[in-house]
Amino acid sequence: MQSSLSFTTSDITHISELALIPVTEEEKTRLADGFNTVIKVLDSLNQIDVSGIEPTHHVTGLENITREDIVDEARMFTQKEALQNAPVSYDGFFLVSRVLDK
Amino acid sequence: MTDFFWLVGCLINNMKLNELTLIEAVKKLQAKDISHAELYQEIQKEIAKKNPELNMYLTINPEAEHEAEKLLNTPLAGVPIAVKDNYLTKDMKTTASSHVLKNFIPPFDSTVIAKLKHAGGVIMGKTNMDAWAHGSSTETSDFGRTKNPRNPDYLPGGSSGGSAAAVASDTCIGSIGSETAGSIRQPASWCGVVGLKPTYGRVSRAGIVPMASSTDSPGPIGKTVEDCAVMLNFMAGKDPYDATTSILNVPDFTQFVGKSLKGMRIGVCYIDHPKIIGTAAALSIEQAGKTFEQLGATVEQVMLSESLADGRILNPNYAIAVYTIVQRSEVSSNLAGYNGIRYDLGRGEFGAEAKRRIMLGTFTLSKGYADKYYVKAQQVRTLYIQNFNQLFQTYDVLIAPTSSMGYALPLGASKDNPMFGELEDMLLEPSTIAGLPGISIPCFRDETTNLYLGMNIIAKQWDEQKMIQIAHAFELATTWNQWVHRSA
Repeated sequence: MQSSLSFTTSDITHISELALIPVTEEEKTRLADGFNTVIKVLDSLNQIDVSGIEPTHHVTGLENITREDIVDEARMFTQKEALQNAPVSYDGFFLVSRVLDK
Repeated sequence: MTDFFWLVGCLINNMKLNELTLIEAVKKLQAKDISHAELYQEIQKEIAKKNPELNMYLTINPEAEHEAEKLLNTPLAGVPIAVKDNYLTKDMKTTASSHVLKNFIPPFDSTVIAKLKHAGGVIMGKTNMDAWAHGSSTETSDFGRTKNPRNPDYLPGGSSGGSAAAVASDTCIGSIGSETAGSIRQPASWCGVVGLKPTYGRVSRAGIVPMASSTDSPGPIGKTVEDCAVMLNFMAGKDPYDATTSILNVPDFTQFVGKSLKGMRIGVCYIDHPKIIGTAAALSIEQAGKTFEQLGATVEQVMLSESLADGRILNPNYAIAVYTIVQRSEVSSNLAGYNGIRYDLGRGEFGAEAKRRIMLGTFTLSKGYADKYYVKAQQVRTLYIQNFNQLFQTYDVLIAPTSSMGYALPLGASKDNPMFGELEDMLLEPSTIAGLPGISIPCFRDETTNLYLGMNIIAKQWDEQKMIQIAHAFELATTWNQWVHRSA
């Protein structure tokens, strides 16, 4: 059997950037240790032959569920309600950090 | 005259109104044997007495009694229900036990809460949980852990630990939790109460803080099987706001209570697993098998060695990996929405467990690893489903211990173990990834510690009625739920 991946703190840095999760140097070491434990459990699946087996992404068997495209006004938010939990808003808008031209 | 004799009975039993079952509370309110004021005063008194130590409720609804008074002529007659804090509740704080949402006031009700209100239930308060439902202990809550009311040196389990503890401590009449793999049944087992996880798609997920969208299942936690059947009745059904809810008709689940088990076929699973064999949990399930035989059912053991043949797996060991991969992947996607713009604080506010899960899921979905982990896990998931399909050709239900670790573990047990929940819920993961329903009921009590063991009864998809029938028959035939004060 193949040996499992080994995570370094630089792997953790890369994943934290992909996930947009800020982590401290101390957390990186702890996360790498944790990942190295967990990955061995995940790799137990290598013992199972799944050739020709379809993956199951959901279990209901439902397909193409649609509903009428009708606005339910009883469920509409006012602008005030939509913004009531925004940490920062301005003039009726959500205020977000610049993500382009960075 | 009946209420006179009932009141005399209460005095003799020294019974308090907060100890009523849901069915009895509704009956007595509607018959005007008791008033809302009397019921809510007892509940509030009990919360004031127990909550400072046990930390079950994060938020108490100050209007509960007032709201209840208008609901006498509804099916639930205004009984107080404890609601897990991941259900969005209009104008009532909803945190999912995370700092990220510590100021979040939802502008709408989740579907289940709208249905609860429509049926005449009242939110008594919002209960503590593992943050984002990530855990099986409530120790990952950002607002302090909950303790087990049966013995406060022990954990209540989780993630719906606050809900199960609220039921066990008689600080509510019934409760609502949610489960991804064990989060209803495992705390119900550890707290010695009844927890029902419906078939995936039976109950709407709309308006619940999401964890793993392909397995999240809202469900009731109650004092008795029948109370859970009543709560499932109002929770279940097609919802236009959750496309995964089933169009199948919802039966009246209370109609299956009290039916004979004659001819019922029961398979006993997992008690020959190396981690379970010979434990108190295994023995309690063997004993339960004998009880079912006395009740007229046929009981057979399903051996683990029958697995890994003909495209089928029974052994739960691999389900730990499947569940971990699927769950972490879906978590990383679901929690991507919590970016500090629309309704929460920034991503730096996530606790250690959420960070770990989001990042592992980001890895298992990332380029170069998605096929090796995510897709492979979904293929192995198919093997478990094929096995259950075959087993349910022979058996009506399967029974097994709820918790792989048996009794509740002491406070602090989950600390620094990145796989605590997955190992703890190992026996619940195979049926969870298959979307099957299950109910956990008390099946043994240790007299020294006052801690309980739970039995998990699994049925095939959309067959909750059968597991309710079997669970109720077991409850009547045994003494394990005698902690419930019955006035009859």
